[in-house]
Amino acid sequence: MAGSNPNAKPMNLTLKVWRQQNRNTQGNIVDYQVRDISPDMSFLEMLDVLNEDLLRKGDEPVAFDHDCREGICGSCNLFINGRAHGPEPGTTTCQLHMRKFSDGDTITIEPWRAEAFPVNKDLSVDRSAFDRIIQAGGYVSVNTGGVPDANEIPIPKSIADQAFDAATCIGCGACVAACKNASAMLFVSAKVSQLALLPQGQVERKTRVENMIAQMDKEGFGACTNIGSCAAECPVGISLENIAILNREFLAAKATSNNLA
Amino acid sequence: MILDAKIPDGPIAEKWDKHKFNVKLVNPANKRKYDVIVVGTGLAGASAAASLAELGYNVKAFTFHDSPRRAHSIAAQGGINAAKNYQNDGDSVYRLFYDTVKGGDYRAREANVYRLAQVSVNIIDQCVAQGVPFAREYGGLLANRSFGGAQVSRTFYARGQTGQQLLLGAYSALSRQVAYGKVKLYTRSEMLDVVIIDGQARGIITRNLITGEIQQHAAHAVVLATGGYGNVFYLSTNAKYCNVTAAWRAHKKGAFFANPCFTQIHPTCIPVSGDYQSKLTLMSESLRNDGRVWVPKTVEMAERLRAGQIHVNDIKEEDRDYFLERKYPAFGNLVPRDVASRNAKQMCDEGRGVGSSGLAVYLDFSEIIKRIGADGVSQKYGNLFAMYEKITDEDPYKQPMRIYPAVHYTMGGLWVDYNLQTTIPGLYATGECNFSDHGANRLGASALMQGLADGYFVIPYTIGDYLAKTKPVPVDAKHPAFAEAEAAVRERISKFLSINGTRTPDDFHKALGHIMWEYCGMARTAEGLQHAKKEIQKLRKEFWQDLKVVGVNDDLNQTLEKAGRVADFLELGELMVDDAYNRNESCGGHFREEYQDAKGEAKRDDENYAYVAAWEYMGDNQPERLNKEPLEFENVKLSTRSYE
Repeated sequence: MAGSNPNAKPMNLTLKVWRQQNRNTQGNIVDYQVRDISPDMSFLEMLDVLNEDLLRKGDEPVAFDHDCREGICGSCNLFINGRAHGPEPGTTTCQLHMRKFSDGDTITIEPWRAEAFPVNKDLSVDRSAFDRIIQAGGYVSVNTGGVPDANEIPIPKSIADQAFDAATCIGCGACVAACKNASAMLFVSAKVSQLALLPQGQVERKTRVENMIAQMDKEGFGACTNIGSCAAECPVGISLENIAILNREFLAAKATSNNLA
Repeated sequence: MILDAKIPDGPIAEKWDKHKFNVKLVNPANKRKYDVIVVGTGLAGASAAASLAELGYNVKAFTFHDSPRRAHSIAAQGGINAAKNYQNDGDSVYRLFYDTVKGGDYRAREANVYRLAQVSVNIIDQCVAQGVPFAREYGGLLANRSFGGAQVSRTFYARGQTGQQLLLGAYSALSRQVAYGKVKLYTRSEMLDVVIIDGQARGIITRNLITGEIQQHAAHAVVLATGGYGNVFYLSTNAKYCNVTAAWRAHKKGAFFANPCFTQIHPTCIPVSGDYQSKLTLMSESLRNDGRVWVPKTVEMAERLRAGQIHVNDIKEEDRDYFLERKYPAFGNLVPRDVASRNAKQMCDEGRGVGSSGLAVYLDFSEIIKRIGADGVSQKYGNLFAMYEKITDEDPYKQPMRIYPAVHYTMGGLWVDYNLQTTIPGLYATGECNFSDHGANRLGASALMQGLADGYFVIPYTIGDYLAKTKPVPVDAKHPAFAEAEAAVRERISKFLSINGTRTPDDFHKALGHIMWEYCGMARTAEGLQHAKKEIQKLRKEFWQDLKVVGVNDDLNQTLEKAGRVADFLELGELMVDDAYNRNESCGGHFREEYQDAKGEAKRDDENYAYVAAWEYMGDNQPERLNKEPLEFENVKLSTRSYE
């Protein structure tokens, strides 16, 4: 082993993991022991160890979503010890490392809990509601070709930076999981803000916010009560300010709507 | 067989315009009578699906992720090249073309590369119009930076998350077409075979990863945008799901596989920390703009470092060997990826590597931190520094990063002609899935460019030419070819579930990865490759006798998914070894130890190997047949790459 911290000792842990066969069955918590876990392992590598053990014993491994394992694809989504993506702020589950835990710890691992995110199996949930919200208006309606030269649309650096910050949302759903109302306001506001800030987004500014909010409500997400857990648990630091922008955009759109639909 | 790439004649700068005029068009009213399948929703797939739907075709888009936005394009950090010359520093379409052909060590097809450079400028316009928040200057115009291997600043970027922003742009365009009903989106659907009718691609077979349902999908043409195969090495910077299955299934149905041994090893990755390691993390190449690469001057000092007797910050300036700056004064730390990687390996082989494993070199930011302050550095690289600290528990603001090369990108892929059509009519391959534009080595910030060029600006024209020659009547979805392909897919799944052996898919995958990295990685020899071939054959035999998969097909079964992907990697691995053995030269990412000069630089053999090696599947456990596409260089003079 050639870890960055050669003195760190391996850990033995108790895991309490949510197991559920599919979305039509009831689930329950099952206890597992994992041994000799290196502090340099990522949380998902620790689950890999568990799954390889289960498989060798002929048991079904724990299903969970993951892919890039570098914090950008937004696939991983574990609710660890009661917190979305676990104890470390500003971190996706895949970037959480076992050095944040101690030998002998008991760790509870659950899927995102929200009506709009039904469980597929074990820790994997269905987040297609997010895709449908984007489909409702999270875009600028330009076809390929026939667009102006990129530098014909000057944008003040401060605006571009603010739009970028909103655009970094990875669509993981931690905001929904962290919210006691299972509201998707932070997710929706990030896209609405990005496009409302930029000149390219002005033409569809009003219809966009109205349609995305309507779809959000239709999907069964809860209302926002300004608690702020979403922003506190967001792994990429999407600011609560975006929800203020969203509210303003929505009110302005409703007051002066040109949405004929 | 000599392959015909269907390159249009005429001067290089006029080929694409001429071709666009010569291709057949589909009448606007007829476009809705054609169905096109696009597999993969990364940059190449999402851009193609959106653009084809905008033109009026009916598109079915497939992804094995839960959302198109998860595709691995999202992880690209550094940027996207375009020949805009916004910086007035001498860039041009011709220069981007020239740099790409040279950077690819003269193993790319000139005409494709020129077209890529031409449409690069349109990509930036398109992305900005979509609302992609590229970095800007205070005057409000777009910012650029120079990027590995280029002497002009032509790289557009969005902090260290350019791939994410470009993919979300393409995803938004795709989502808009889904809302319009022009794209039918199939998520959590993995393509397991392509359906061929009368020699033409007419559909695919998929498995729904949640329910296990096997589905048949018919269309007039199929586009594969399914990415690269770097995960054949098990450890790579690729996302865990990246695999070769779609491309390999197509290969076994008749699509030639080109230059499989051309693998890019990226010089700046976080070193391996233990046996449990599941993937490697890239630190963007943009860091080499400001970071300086070094190792201790002496083996003795490196040994003391590794043993923890001295700290890196204690090593004096005069005891540091900035080996890239020393060996390549003109390019310094910005030499192309293959050169930087090989040199890092060489330092470690000499015993001057650092970190407790000795398999790492330093990437040092102390100078830039002194010059512009930690805040300034954070503005540029904040997210990368934070990621590094999370993974290693070391603060790169206070001590140099440790880096080591890792598998990152595969230049090889399905052979395509100038129209991006494979050797199966009606089957196209775009983005990393094809082999076309990067030769033996890809330049930094060129993968995003190629994926979007193919999807937004090439395939919408070239697929029309094919469809215009196809009758606008529905594909016969009852054709027996569909049932046959489905039966084969089902039989394979049943086989995986019935072996009931002792070794897991990951176990086999790791074993394969070890063989590939050892014998077909950064340095290769004829002897090693011969050995690897036998080892892979042995491992493959064991796989089919001793694989363990539990659970059933009709359920979310991630072990079953892995088994299918590993089975295909076990076949691809052998082909890569064959290809590397056949190519008796060193070029780009392919370094054969027998072919180097006195200074250890790659020795290319243009007389005998200036060709694309396109392999043809001849049946299970039969040697594949080598077909050649000779490469002609009419515009860029063949010369030895030198970055001194």
